[in-house]
Amino acid sequence: MRLDPRIFQVFVKAGLWLLTGFTLLILVFIIVTISIKGLPQVTPSFLLQEPHDMGRTGGIFSTIVATAYITLLAILLASPLGVGSAIYLTEYTREGWITRIIRFGAECLAGVPSIILGLFGFVLFVMKLGFGWSILSGGLSLAIMLLPIIIRTSEEAIKAVPPEYRLVCFSLGLSKWQTITRIVLPCALPGITTGIMLSVGRSLGETAVLLFTAGAALRTPVSLFDSGRTMAVHFYILAREGISMPNAYGTAAILMISILLINVVAYSLMQRLMKRYT
Amino acid sequence: MKKEAFIERVLLFLALSSISTLLLITVFIFLEGLPLMAHVGLKKFLLSSHWAPTKGHFGILAMIISSILVTLGAMVLGVPLGLACAIVLAEFSPEKVKTLLKPTLELLAGIPSVVYGFLGVVWLVPLIRNHLGGPGLSLLAGAIILGIMILPTIISISIDALSAVPDLYRDGSIALGATEWQTVRRVVLPAARSGIITAIILGMGRAVGETMAVIMVAGNALKIPHSILDPVRTLTSNIALELAYASGRHREALFATGIVLFVIIVILNLTATFITRRR
Repeated sequence: MRLDPRIFQVFVKAGLWLLTGFTLLILVFIIVTISIKGLPQVTPSFLLQEPHDMGRTGGIFSTIVATAYITLLAILLASPLGVGSAIYLTEYTREGWITRIIRFGAECLAGVPSIILGLFGFVLFVMKLGFGWSILSGGLSLAIMLLPIIIRTSEEAIKAVPPEYRLVCFSLGLSKWQTITRIVLPCALPGITTGIMLSVGRSLGETAVLLFTAGAALRTPVSLFDSGRTMAVHFYILAREGISMPNAYGTAAILMISILLINVVAYSLMQRLMKRYT
Repeated sequence: MKKEAFIERVLLFLALSSISTLLLITVFIFLEGLPLMAHVGLKKFLLSSHWAPTKGHFGILAMIISSILVTLGAMVLGVPLGLACAIVLAEFSPEKVKTLLKPTLELLAGIPSVVYGFLGVVWLVPLIRNHLGGPGLSLLAGAIILGIMILPTIISISIDALSAVPDLYRDGSIALGATEWQTVRRVVLPAARSGIITAIILGMGRAVGETMAVIMVAGNALKIPHSILDPVRTLTSNIALELAYASGRHREALFATGIVLFVIIVILNLTATFITRRR
């Protein structure tokens, strides 16, 4: 007895769509649960007050400041390296052993688990270089995690700029560097911005790296050498030690919604760039 | 002309940053961890499950087994679910639906691992405790949460693999009278095989390396699990739980744990690169 393949196909398709629907449901469930329980906690005073009593009461202001500092530092460190790598890979070399090594490095770096980066940052920046648990150690370690993201998106963006643009520049007598800075990079800018935005999203959510490099001090950091507890680390500590569920939900809601917004905007920017050139 | 050459040098220098950082990480993790492996003996370190670092016992077998089991569990959930999404998006949905659903599903990748862990503790763990028994914090909880977390990796790489199969293959198969599903099953999937395997391997790498969510839901008990409802401690959890207060040999032992994790990840990544390149 064999089922007609056309009827069989209906069942298979229904099953596959069901599984896809289930996956979507998981996403919706996460977003809705965190929003419903978390958003009511988010008031101006929650955002602007210092945490009191280990975060049991008060707001999350100091963790927002720490998150902003660490993210900014990591981006400032990773962007020139990442964009520079991407320019070199796309504009200056043909595919060969050297590009293979560079790409291999970036791919492997992307696969290194964040806890290993945490270990590395801990031994090198916190201990050996003596920066201690600080914004500086955290930013440096985080930058390593962001590097592959920025390289990949920038490379994609630069490659999307049509080769004719470059030929026209050369025929007009522009040097290679002039071509890159005046034409290629401005055209690729939306894509490069996408990479940087995705990196901000990653930084906001990162915990394992920062727990061991930036520490968990709740005071508002004022220098590079102060320890700072980011929002994600704060949320982890609130939830894990059962300090305050409402505040945990509130922090999670802000974190998640800002990350999702950043990702949506970044994605649409990249889409627009790709559409313009293809 | 001199300026151009200088700029090229600088860019090459920048481009070498990722590979040199990778080397630096490798060197530091090994430098910190190897002395302990030498002190305890590699065999005892890997094959004993007695972990009492303050009393001089450094065996990580239980954690290796736990990491492997949690990862395999995550695969059981994540691979079919991820592949189903990828097939639906790449093969069975109209372009408009695809351009809407693909970025939506990719949002799963943006949700921080602590949020996954938190929801695991608040929703999944009580569910397991009340309906299946045991403490709830368990191998099963870890596997389910990780299975969800690796979905974006599996979905996006599989979609790329499926989309890379030329339409000629599909047209040929349909022209021979095969149904769409037969075409996907017999033509498209085999043609995209290496890409899909890469997706699965990279998903495994994600699962093995994930830390925060696993710490929160897996229970962290120091023994070899006998059932999926037993609490487990993975390699990553072990490092994260103890690093803050470890010193001396104990800290070295955590770096040695890191070496084992690192080696597993490198093997997985190399396999993925190898499979992709052979194509």
